[in-house]
Amino acid sequence: MINLSLSELGAALAAGQISSVELTQLFLDRCARENPRLNAFICLDQARALDAARAADAARAAGRAGPLTGIPLAHKDIFCARGWRTTCASRMLENFVSPYDAHVVGLLQDAGMVLVGKTNMDEFAMGSSNETSYFGPVKNPWDHTMVPGGSSGGSAAAIAARLVPAATGTDTGGSIRQPAALCGLSGLKPTYGVCSRYGMIAFASSLDQAGPMAKSAEDCALMLNAMAGFDARDSTSLDRPAENYTRLLGEPLAGLRIGLPREYFAAGLDAGVHAVVDAALDQFRKLGAVTVDISLPNSGLSVPAYYVIAPAEASSNLSRFDGVRYGHRAADYSDLADMYCRSRAEGFGAEVKRRILIGTYVLSHGYYDAYYLQAQKIRRLIARDFQAAFEHCDLIMGPTAPDVAFPLGAKSADPVQMYLNDIYTIAANLAGLPGMSIPCGFARGLPVGLQLVGAWFDEARMLGAAHQYQLNTDWHRAMPAGL
Amino acid sequence: MSLNLEQVFRAARLARLAISDAEAERTAAQLNNIFALIEQMQAVDTTGVEPMSHAVDLAQRLRPDAVTEADRRADFQAIAPETEAGLYLVPKVIE
Amino acid sequence: MQWEVVIGLETHAQLATESKIFSGAATAFGAEPNIQACGVDIALPGVLPVLNRKAVECAIRFGLAVGGEVAPRSVFARKNYFYPDLPKGYQISQFEEPVVSGGQLVIRVGQGAEAVEKTVRLTRAHLEEDAGKSLHEDFHGKSGIDLNRAGTPLLEIVSEPDMRSSQEAVAYARALHALVRWIGICDGNMQEGSFRCDANVSVRRKGAEKLGTRREIKNLNSFRFLQQAIDYEVQWQIGVLEDGGKIEQATVLFNPDTGETRAMRSKEDAHDYRYFPDPDLLPLVIDAAWKDQVRAELPELPDAMRARFARDYGLSAYDAATLTAALELARFYESCVAAAGRELAKPCANWVMVDLAARLNRAELDISHSPITAQQLAGLVRRIADGTISNAMGKKVFDALCNGEGADADAVIEAQGLRQMNDSGALEALVDAAIAGNPRSVEEYRAGKEKAIQALVGQVMKASKGKANPQQVNELLRARLKP
Repeated sequence: MINLSLSELGAALAAGQISSVELTQLFLDRCARENPRLNAFICLDQARALDAARAADAARAAGRAGPLTGIPLAHKDIFCARGWRTTCASRMLENFVSPYDAHVVGLLQDAGMVLVGKTNMDEFAMGSSNETSYFGPVKNPWDHTMVPGGSSGGSAAAIAARLVPAATGTDTGGSIRQPAALCGLSGLKPTYGVCSRYGMIAFASSLDQAGPMAKSAEDCALMLNAMAGFDARDSTSLDRPAENYTRLLGEPLAGLRIGLPREYFAAGLDAGVHAVVDAALDQFRKLGAVTVDISLPNSGLSVPAYYVIAPAEASSNLSRFDGVRYGHRAADYSDLADMYCRSRAEGFGAEVKRRILIGTYVLSHGYYDAYYLQAQKIRRLIARDFQAAFEHCDLIMGPTAPDVAFPLGAKSADPVQMYLNDIYTIAANLAGLPGMSIPCGFARGLPVGLQLVGAWFDEARMLGAAHQYQLNTDWHRAMPAGL
Repeated sequence: MSLNLEQVFRAARLARLAISDAEAERTAAQLNNIFALIEQMQAVDTTGVEPMSHAVDLAQRLRPDAVTEADRRADFQAIAPETEAGLYLVPKVIE
Repeated sequence: MQWEVVIGLETHAQLATESKIFSGAATAFGAEPNIQACGVDIALPGVLPVLNRKAVECAIRFGLAVGGEVAPRSVFARKNYFYPDLPKGYQISQFEEPVVSGGQLVIRVGQGAEAVEKTVRLTRAHLEEDAGKSLHEDFHGKSGIDLNRAGTPLLEIVSEPDMRSSQEAVAYARALHALVRWIGICDGNMQEGSFRCDANVSVRRKGAEKLGTRREIKNLNSFRFLQQAIDYEVQWQIGVLEDGGKIEQATVLFNPDTGETRAMRSKEDAHDYRYFPDPDLLPLVIDAAWKDQVRAELPELPDAMRARFARDYGLSAYDAATLTAALELARFYESCVAAAGRELAKPCANWVMVDLAARLNRAELDISHSPITAQQLAGLVRRIADGTISNAMGKKVFDALCNGEGADADAVIEAQGLRQMNDSGALEALVDAAIAGNPRSVEEYRAGKEKAIQALVGQVMKASKGKANPQQVNELLRARLKP
């Protein structure tokens, strides 16, 4: 049961083989057993989850069930959910109980999914290893000495350990795709604007996108059907007709042009990962796709540009955490300025403070043009590179991360090494493009992710290609030992 | 370029982050490593390139001028550190 | 030493919208603290701004009214600073690309016929959100924060430093105040803070080209305070300079109790607002069609109307200016003229400017609450003009109409029997009686003392209980006394 796809679970529920209450209890029991070791969840709520499951069963009995009704789900703890503690893995919000629902949270609730808990993450989504969480690091279910990736590492670990069948994530520079890769999952970051950002605690507003994480591309497509859609409360939400993201799942790969950016296969890529990705590309060719060499000449600048733009936006987005209306307030302070400085210094962890300082610095007087403006111009060049590339191909593929999961603590002392983990994923955020990661094999016993990047709004085609691959391979069914 | 301690303190002050001398020193070293990475941007000639602030090239959507939000003060202030008489309390503001 | 004063004004006009600029909370004044502060206004984590169309329309209206350029594309930026009444830690404003650039305002400096016209250039006008309020009453030594005002739409109107005296500054502020009310974008209520000025004041030696260092006086919410604050500040700056001192750029507050200005203690931090384009808001695009539509709906502007009144109604420049001080007043006057007939434009002007103005003043009412309608007043003016009643009787009719003692002038005249004596037989009898009863006056008149006839007219008027037409009485007397 725990390894079934969402459509299989939906079918089992529809056929009455299992009730949502039973299914939810099954996963809750797994959470209770496994979470103490994995630390994938910041918060689990058995009572609320079972209430929601009962409601789902009632809806089904009343003939009001959709494809996802009754299926358990976890949200990354960056999504505000009314009545739920929503911490963003920060001491700053340790006791913040959200008075409202994020748009995505509301949509998945409307779809009848059963929320069991909120998953651990890097603090304010700033990190690639899930080690910056105030609530401690998450362990990779494939090897508990390894990181699960980040920042949506809790969601990734929870699915990989089969504690939930699906979860939400957010991706600002790779935070869905990289942990999906490191944990052997499928995860999708939609085109910027497809999922509303309303209620998603902002890290870098012009880059943040919510997306699904699950075992397969098909599951991601089903989730995205429920998560996507226009929201008038988000000025950057796109007002376009609803799309069925499963519509191209059956599309054969014959004739599909896959662009391989030479920059993604250059120095810095682990040889083991390289070989696994090559094998996956062979499989795509075998299925009728053709590969074309392309170039994204400015992709090397995506990390530098990102580490200006994202911290700049973050420094401003995180100014609201001042200890006045909610969140952490220092116990001792001498005056107003001291209250701000202490509350924020105590409430934020080291990585968050580091990025706030970078962002403050690059926006400050005398440095704006050299850093922020230059980064925005380079962002334009990077977006143009993709535009040009998509003249020659339908999808871009390459590795999701330069290496497999690394040991806990291995990179935490060196921010730059940590940042380079996102070297292949960041560009899609800068350009606003959809991207996903699917499992494509193992190197040194750990999962390797294949990254797919589509043209703007080409999620359906990307999902179709990934699904065709998964119809012909078993990597997405692999499970960590001992589950 | 390299950041000196004073610049770290200045940024921390602007960002309202209390920072000890030892932290500032450690931070300066880390920030300098990060800025060494960021500096790669300076090699690129971006003359005439329009800065890109948003991932989508669209115009701002406008909402009709209508009151849609009801009073939720009680909910909002239930999570506030300190309130009185419907107000959020802070250490004395000196103008 | 001769000093020249240089003043520029930054005016914040609260825009007349129902809801806030970026949220759906109400903007009504005087609500209980924080009940009109929704999640967006208190900056809950995850909430997002969406721009109010009406606020933009107000800005367009203003831009067209002052002959400025309404930008086809403008940008919202974040102005970052910490203050407890600023929940996000930044204010959404416009910086490099404002919605309106340029434009000008014609002001009249001085009283009555002495007034001289001057043109003040405008630099720009931009949209932004207001902050909340810090209440300094004692809450155990703390300040209370009310965020009802946070997010209220403002148009910040920036003038060039074109004013050379506090009188000019006040004249500018008054003209601007009249204009924003005229075009319906601001209620102009200064007590409630709907219209407030910051004055940038500097002095320089007469003839010097370089501007002196300026100090900015914040938040002046009455014309009187504006004048007092500038006068004090100018004297203070001259005093410092004449004592050999230097002016430091500063933000100062005016204390109405002492009449003095003093530098603010907070915000002494070197200002570095780290402006950058708000990633949550896309560029504001205003197309030609929208501008045309707003232009079509714009009322005739005060300058144009003033010229037309002088030209079409034969009014003096002073009368035309007085009647166009506010749109409601001008509209009242025009309705009155329309009902009375254009040939009666001048007496209509007198009635509106003298009797009605005095009555409104006494009752502390504005013209929109006039106790007499324009049509009623027109009826009254017509009855005086056609000789039905005398001017003196007119005042009685006016009072009666104001007191609601009749539907129109004719009804009051009938009911109170105020009609002038038209029966020439009866009038001749009264004239004869006056001649017979006042031989001394008759003698004096015949002796060439022209004035003596007034005594006789007075006698007849008294005998007629005021109903005789004094003009007619005068003529009859002269005819009778003709040698």
